[in-house]
Amino acid sequence: MTTHGKVKGIIANLVIVESEGRVSQNEICMIQHSEAPLMAEVIRIDGRKAYVQVFESTRGLTVGTDVEFMGHMLEVTLGPGILSKNYDGLQNDLDAMEGIFLKRGDYTKPLDAEREWEFTPLASQGDTIRSGAWLGEVKENRIMHKIMAPFTLPGDWKIISLKEAGNYTIKDTIAVIENEQGEKRDVTMVQKWPVKKPLRNYSHKPRPFKILETGIRAIDTLNPITEGGTGFIPGPFGCGKTVLQHAISRQAEADIVIVAACGERANEVVEIFKEFPELEDVRTGAKLAERTTIIANTSNMPVAAREASVYTAMTLAEYYRNMGLRVLLLADSTSRWAQALREMSNRMEELPGPDAFPMDLPAIISNFYSRAGYVELDNGKTGSITFIGTVSPAGGNLKEPVTEATKKTARCFYALSQERADSKRYPAIDPIDSYSKYLEYEEVRESVADRISDEWLGMVEEARDVLIRGKETSEQINILGDDGLPVEHHVLLWKSELIDFVILQQDAFDEVDRMCPLDRQKYMLEKVTSITRNNYSFNRFEEVGKYFRNLINLLKQMNFSEFKSDKFMEYEKELNTVIEERRVA
Amino acid sequence: MAKEAFKKVYTRVDKITKATCTLRAGNAGYDELAIIDGRLAQVVKIIDDEITLQVFSGTEGIPNDAEVIFLGHPPTLKLGPDIVGRFLNAYGEPIDGGPDLEGEEREIGGPSVNPVRRAQPSQLIATGIAGIDLNNTLVTGQKIPFFADPDQPFNQIMALLALRAEADKIILGGMGLSNDDYLFFKNTFENAGALDRIVAFVNTTEDPPVERLMVPDMALTTAEHFAVDHKEKVLVLLTDMTLFADALSIVSNRMDQIPSKDSMPGSLYSDLARIYEKAVQFPDGGSITIIAVTTLSGGDITHAIPDNTGYITEGQLFLRRDTDVGKVVIDPFRSLSRLKQLVIGKQTREDHPQVMNTAIRLYADAANAKTKQENGFDLTGYDERTLAFASEYTRRLLAVDVNLQVDEMLDAGWEMFGNHFTKNEIGIKDELLNKYWKPGKEGNGSLKEDNKTPEEVQVKETGEDQPAEGS
Ligand SMILES: Nc1ncnc2c1ncn2[C@@H]1O[C@H](COP(=O)(O)OP(=O)(O)O)[C@@H](O)[C@H]1O
Ligand SMILES: [Mg+2]
Repeated sequence: MTTHGKVKGIIANLVIVESEGRVSQNEICMIQHSEAPLMAEVIRIDGRKAYVQVFESTRGLTVGTDVEFMGHMLEVTLGPGILSKNYDGLQNDLDAMEGIFLKRGDYTKPLDAEREWEFTPLASQGDTIRSGAWLGEVKENRIMHKIMAPFTLPGDWKIISLKEAGNYTIKDTIAVIENEQGEKRDVTMVQKWPVKKPLRNYSHKPRPFKILETGIRAIDTLNPITEGGTGFIPGPFGCGKTVLQHAISRQAEADIVIVAACGERANEVVEIFKEFPELEDVRTGAKLAERTTIIANTSNMPVAAREASVYTAMTLAEYYRNMGLRVLLLADSTSRWAQALREMSNRMEELPGPDAFPMDLPAIISNFYSRAGYVELDNGKTGSITFIGTVSPAGGNLKEPVTEATKKTARCFYALSQERADSKRYPAIDPIDSYSKYLEYEEVRESVADRISDEWLGMVEEARDVLIRGKETSEQINILGDDGLPVEHHVLLWKSELIDFVILQQDAFDEVDRMCPLDRQKYMLEKVTSITRNNYSFNRFEEVGKYFRNLINLLKQMNFSEFKSDKFMEYEKELNTVIEERRVA
Repeated sequence: MAKEAFKKVYTRVDKITKATCTLRAGNAGYDELAIIDGRLAQVVKIIDDEITLQVFSGTEGIPNDAEVIFLGHPPTLKLGPDIVGRFLNAYGEPIDGGPDLEGEEREIGGPSVNPVRRAQPSQLIATGIAGIDLNNTLVTGQKIPFFADPDQPFNQIMALLALRAEADKIILGGMGLSNDDYLFFKNTFENAGALDRIVAFVNTTEDPPVERLMVPDMALTTAEHFAVDHKEKVLVLLTDMTLFADALSIVSNRMDQIPSKDSMPGSLYSDLARIYEKAVQFPDGGSITIIAVTTLSGGDITHAIPDNTGYITEGQLFLRRDTDVGKVVIDPFRSLSRLKQLVIGKQTREDHPQVMNTAIRLYADAANAKTKQENGFDLTGYDERTLAFASEYTRRLLAVDVNLQVDEMLDAGWEMFGNHFTKNEIGIKDELLNKYWKPGKEGNGSLKEDNKTPEEVQVKETGEDQPAEGS
């Protein structure tokens, strides 16, 4: 029996509801506002009072309005048809809404109920199955979308009938299953799952070990992320967080990409809406939109739904992961989600933590990041969720609660530096402060050596050392002046500049340079290392910069040319000649 | 804003604070307006039958037996053709001595545009100011603030820019304007004969600060009316958003909310985003462009107001007084238009991105030379020439008092390159060099020799490798 209640109080989007019956924490309720039904979530229960956060504006709402508790938490609908969709934070299909403006209470269906999918069974009648078992599959864009047994099934069940190959809609029963007690259930291609509960249904979660190619040199070469890994990108505004995330979403080695635009600019999402149906996935040639789902809760959309949006995105990611796919999840920006939590916690007059954020913010963040990972499913197949979030630190200061809490849990740290952005050294990832903890994993090192080369990690360390020494030298020059240091120091500085300009910097808007596959990264780092290992002879420090600028220019021209094209080879030839001009044994 | 009579009248106020009054009343709706003691107020909290009203003009002198009438609707504005040319207060009431507004009554602060119904901003806005058109090109549907110290002439620049921008309508939202600035806007628009495309909502320093909170919503509701219903290009000017944010903090402090950074409410980001995100380009040609002013205190952009603004807007325009040439300039280093790459070199001449980047790079070289000079190091010939270039560049292009077509700005750029540098030094790709290069007035023979420090000479680059922003 559903519980009913009445509105007792309203403070912006926090509403107090009084009810007699059973109400659960995080339960969804509908407030029957005369203008439109408003969806809300219970966030605190105090005696007969339930505090609910409303996902819409409460304008015009009055005390005494009826409220119906729905008996379930905030959930998403899982089934074929999620890919290529543009959803809001509550999984409403934005394209299905009418009119220019978002209408309050306009809840649209996430999946097309009429569409027929070509189903192929993967199990057989008589099989014993458990929750999440693959019963069949349908082709969704370019992937085989697995139809899975309900994730909530307790214990063992037997398939007593399974549809043959054919076309079915998501409403059709495709299997009937029965447990030992003789209880029968119809299974369709669609099911629901509460977003705040991790969708597990896997057998175990080993440490991530495979490098995930993003095509961005400053990431893959210096601080690689792994399939199933976690990373975050903090940086002041204008330093390139969004451009970097968009580049990753276009290029990364993933079967599925889920982009959560969380409390940021609408125009940036519009860019994805317009470009992804046109741009091609470099690996498959398919349109990017085919592998992408966008969850848009931009900064002008209801604040409470911001929190929901990241959970909605994560749950969709878990669903596709359980099909044995590599899912990449991106959220821009997780700080906006944390701020939404802060607004609510302040309205409830909870005891505030640092910067008025809720006390349990670190726990909330780390729980969320822990839902990413590389998993082995019950059937032995593997799947992964790689998660990268941006963080927008107030005042650009990394000593603030969201950055600090995220740093404790995310394994890759890509710090964007204002100084690098100001001097247009994009992507502005600081090469010295940033890190990837995965480089400490033995299994990651082995897999990197396997995929790239045995010498690779040594070369990367060498490059890192040159960068560190270059930075030290540049600081000394600032104090002592150009003349104050011997020529060798200038050479060292320029070797580090060479790595900076050629390996670290990458033009996200150049057709060629924007995507640098691992084999090309290997080629370029080997080239650069061969240069930095050489000794060169100069008479005066003035000659050093001039010479290295020339080398840098040629190497950059290589970066801008198709890999191993005639142009590329010509520049390399010229480069080799120039190297010999000053090289000494 | 409509005030209806014949509603139930309450006459017992239980609690009065500096900004709010609380009373027991029946069925008020959240956000609904009320009149208390003749002043406009809005419902901000309801607990059972206890209703808290925020009184816009402050609570001074309100007695505990004040008359309270609920109006049954949130703030509204009457929108019709006769709003054009009018100067209104924060409630949308005439302050220009003209007749009351007629038209359809609309709620202000309405819902946001469905992101899938937006188009990508795509049309260049020409302002004649090179610090904008050349270096930080604006696009319809963009939202961008001036970051300026309070003593800079930002209102003058905004008025100028608005008149040149070829907008179908200009909506001014003035918050905490000095009376002089209000009259300045009024006279400037009148003298320019632009009243047929202006609507102004003005809250001056003489008005209660909390009233300001309604100004952006008033202005943007008007903008939506023209952009959606009439498919017009609308330019909204919001000055000064720092004073708007200050009013937010006054209210939240008085309502005992826990402040976050710089005593601003924790919801500052959402509050500002709700306003700025009204900027939009519609597929059918209508658009809302927002140009705002955020005054800084002591140039500090890490303060919560500019910081949150920067995270929301699509760039910022930094005003600075250049003491070397004695003019106000748009700082090329700290300013940014995030949308410029959508139009430069596409709707403007092909050499635009290269001229822009090169000039800024040379200007940066000049800044380094200046530091060198100040630290007592010797200058090279190249250093001296960058300084001469910087001074000409500042005077002819960065200063806000220029008025040029984009092509003229580009030509001026080439002239200055020719006056101070050799082809090699400017490092623009040959294709463009051959087409646009202008040898200097005295010919390049007179350029100061640079034999001492050859590394200062830019190695000839083919151009594609500029530290590119969208090139
Ligand atoms: N990799 C890059 N290559 C070229 N330009 C970049 C790059 N990253 C950022 N930019 C420039 O910086 C601007 C701001 O980047 P953005 O990602 O929007 O910053 P953030 O999200 O950190 O505020 C972009 O509009 C672009 O001009
Ligand atoms: Mg961003």
